[in-house]
Amino acid sequence: MARMNMVQALNSAMDVMLGRDPRVVVLGEDVGYFGGVFRVTDGLQRKYGEHRVLDTPIAEGGIIAAAIGMGSNGLKPVAEIQFADYIYPGFDQVVSELARLRYRTAGEFYAPVTIRTPCGGGIRGGQTHSQSPEAIFTHVCGIKVVMPSNPYDAKGLLISSIEDDDPVVFFEPKRIYNGPFDGDPHKPAVPWSGHPRGEVPDGHYNVPIGKAEVVREGKDVTVLTYGTMVHVVEAAVRGLGIDAEIVDVRTMAPLDVDTLCTSVCKTGRCVVVHEATRFNGYGAELVATVQEHCFWNLEAPVQRVTGWDTPYPHAFEWDYFPGQARIAAALKHVLEAA
Amino acid sequence: MTPRSRLHVPAPPARPGQEPDFSYVQISPAGAVNRPDVTAAVRDIEYLSDGLVRVLDEGHRAVGPWDPHLDAAELQVALRHMLLTRLFDDRMQKIQRQGRISFYIKSTGEEAVAVGAGMALQPGDMLFPSYRQQGLHVVRGRNLVELMCQCLSNTHDMCKGRQMPIMYHWGKGNIFSISGNLATQFPQAVGWAMAAAIKGEDHIAASWIGEGSSAEADFHYAMTFAAVYQAPVILNLVNNQWAISTFQGFAGGERRTFAQRGPGYGIPGLRVDGNDFLAVYAVTQWAAQRARQSGGATLIEHVTYRAAAHSTSDDPSRYRPKEEWRAWPLGDPVTRLKAHLIALGEWSEERHSDLHKELEAHVTACWKEAESYGTLTGGPSLDPLTMFEDVFKEMPANLVQQREELRALRAAQPAAAPAAPSVAQEG
Repeated sequence: MARMNMVQALNSAMDVMLGRDPRVVVLGEDVGYFGGVFRVTDGLQRKYGEHRVLDTPIAEGGIIAAAIGMGSNGLKPVAEIQFADYIYPGFDQVVSELARLRYRTAGEFYAPVTIRTPCGGGIRGGQTHSQSPEAIFTHVCGIKVVMPSNPYDAKGLLISSIEDDDPVVFFEPKRIYNGPFDGDPHKPAVPWSGHPRGEVPDGHYNVPIGKAEVVREGKDVTVLTYGTMVHVVEAAVRGLGIDAEIVDVRTMAPLDVDTLCTSVCKTGRCVVVHEATRFNGYGAELVATVQEHCFWNLEAPVQRVTGWDTPYPHAFEWDYFPGQARIAAALKHVLEAA
Repeated sequence: MTPRSRLHVPAPPARPGQEPDFSYVQISPAGAVNRPDVTAAVRDIEYLSDGLVRVLDEGHRAVGPWDPHLDAAELQVALRHMLLTRLFDDRMQKIQRQGRISFYIKSTGEEAVAVGAGMALQPGDMLFPSYRQQGLHVVRGRNLVELMCQCLSNTHDMCKGRQMPIMYHWGKGNIFSISGNLATQFPQAVGWAMAAAIKGEDHIAASWIGEGSSAEADFHYAMTFAAVYQAPVILNLVNNQWAISTFQGFAGGERRTFAQRGPGYGIPGLRVDGNDFLAVYAVTQWAAQRARQSGGATLIEHVTYRAAAHSTSDDPSRYRPKEEWRAWPLGDPVTRLKAHLIALGEWSEERHSDLHKELEAHVTACWKEAESYGTLTGGPSLDPLTMFEDVFKEMPANLVQQREELRALRAAQPAAAPAAPSVAQEG
C-alpha cells in the first residue's frame, strides 16, 4: 500500500498495465516527454519508450481515430484528451465509429479504446476548461462511461477500463486530482494522504465497471452523486447532521440500477447531485430510473442539485458550482416533505 | 469603383443539355512521367503530384518506366476481377430496381482503382475502403453470396441486419468495415498502420476516400498523423469528378490537384490514371514498397470518372450531361485492359464473350443461393432479438431487460401465444 493522490493513482494504473500487457499504448497531446499537463503520464515514456507512450499532434479527432485503428489491430490504446472540453472534434469518431464498430460488424471488429479526459470546474478554467459532458456520452449506445471520486477507485477503474474489450470514456474530475474537495474554495486544500481512499495498492487490482458504491450508509435520504460532488455531498450531510445514505454512482453507463434503487427504496427520499448542467443532464436519467423502480416507496419528490443551465463562467464559478448550501437546501426540502 | 470582395462559387464545365467538357483534366502522355526510386525524398518528387502516371498508350501497349511487367496470366486475372465486379454491380442494380434490395452503389468505370490496388498489395495488408471499392472483395476472393446476403439483410448477413446494403466487412480477408459515415476510415487506417509498426510487423494499411469527402477533417487528421509518424499506409483519394451533385471543384480541386496536398504535408503525392489498371497497380506497388521500407505514407490521387449514379437513390441526369461519361478522356478501364490483352495476342473478343457469359452465370448462381438464405420479404428471417447483441461484448442488464420486453411483445402477437410475463419491478 502507498499513499497516492489521484494523479499518482492514475499514473500507477497505466504503469501497471503498460508493464503487464505489451498491447497497451498511451497516446495524447503532451503525454510523452512532458508527462501530461496534469502530470498523469509522468515518467511513462521514459520507462516504456516512445513507441508505447506517444505524443500526438493537437487533433482530438485524429487521436481517437488513430486509437480506433490501433485497437482494431490488436493494441489496447489509452488515449488522453487533455480536457473534456476539447473532446468534441473527436465526437464523430466516438459516436459513429468507436461505439458502433462491434455492433455494425456483428462482433468481427472492435476497438478496445480507453479515452481518459479531465472534467469538471472549480479550477478557474472558464467555459472551455470546466465542462462535465458525461451525459452526452451516456446517450451513445456502445460505450461505457466512468467517473471515479477517489484515488483507489481511479486506479482500479482505470485498470478495469483498459482491460475491458469495449470502449470506455473515463472522466477524471480534475478538482480532486490532488485532494478531496468539500466545495468550499476558501478553506485550505486538503491532501489525499489523510483520506482512507488515498491508500492505494502498488500493484494490479480491479474496481469493477458497472458497480456503484454506498460510501455512507444512512436511513433518512439517499443522495445519488459521483466525481467531485461525492465529497461536497459528504460535507453537506455532515453539516446538517442528518443520517443520509450517499451512493457514488462511479459508472454512468452501464448503470448499477440495483444498488441505487435498493438504497432509495430503503430511505424513501432521494436527491441527485452533479456538477454538470441540469436540463437533460445525467440526473434526469437517475431521476427517471428512481421513479420507475421506487415510486411506491417515495415519500417526497426527488430533487436535483446541479450546475446552472449556463456555460461555466470564469468569474462566477462559486456561484455556479452546486456547493454545500444548495445541497443542504435540497436535502432539507426533501426531508421536510410530508 | 472601390474594389470589393466577391465569392467564387465553383461551377462544373457542363450541366444537363450542355456539351461535356473535360478540358480541365490535365493529362500526361502514357509513359511520360518519370518513375523515381522508392526511397526518393518528397521534395525531389513533387512532379508526381502534377503529372499523370499512365502506362497504357493509345495503341493499347504498355509503355514507360511505370510498366509493372505483369505476365499475361496476371492481366487475365485482373480483367476477370474487373469484369466480375462490373457484372455483380449491374445485377445488384437491377435487383434493387426490382425492389428486392433497398439500396445499392455501383463502381462502374472505377473498377481499376480497387482491383489494381488490391492486386498490388499483399493478403496481410489491411484495407479500409470507402463504399465504391467492392473490387477489393473480388480480388481477395470473397464469395459473392456473402456480399449479396449482406445486401439482403438475410440469415447469412455478416452484419446481422444492422447495416444498409454494401456496408461490408471481412475480418478473415483483412477488409475493414464500411461505416456509412464518410472519411472516418482514413485516419483509422493510419492508426492501424501505426500499430503494425509498433508491433514490428511488415503489413501495411491502405485506405480509400472520395475527392468529395476529402474536405472532411478526417482527411487532414489522416495526412497529419501519417506524415508525423511516417506510418506505413497508402492513402488513396479517388477523384471520380462527382460527389453526388457537386463536381470536384467543390472539394477544392479547381486550382491544385488533390495529389498536390501530399507534398504540403510532407508525403509524396502521386496522380495516376485511375482507369489504367497497369498504372494503378504500378503506383500502388511503388507506395507499398516505400511503406514497407520505413519510407512512410503516400497519397495517391486516382483520376477517374463516376460513370454510374452516386447510388440507386440518385439521378445524375438532373445535374450533369446525360452522356458525359462518353466524353471522359481516360476511357473505360475494362475496355482498355481488354484491348491491351488483345494487342498482346493474349485475348480475343470470343474469349471475352465467353468470360462474360461465365461470370454472368456465376452471378446468377450466387444470387440464387443468396436468396435461399432469405429475402427482404420472405423467410427465413433473422431473429429481431439479435439486435441487442454486440452493442457490448457482454450484454448489460438494461439491454437484457429490453430484449425480454421485445421477446414478450413478439410472443404476445399471435392470438394463441401465452401472456407475456411482467417485466415491471416492484419498488
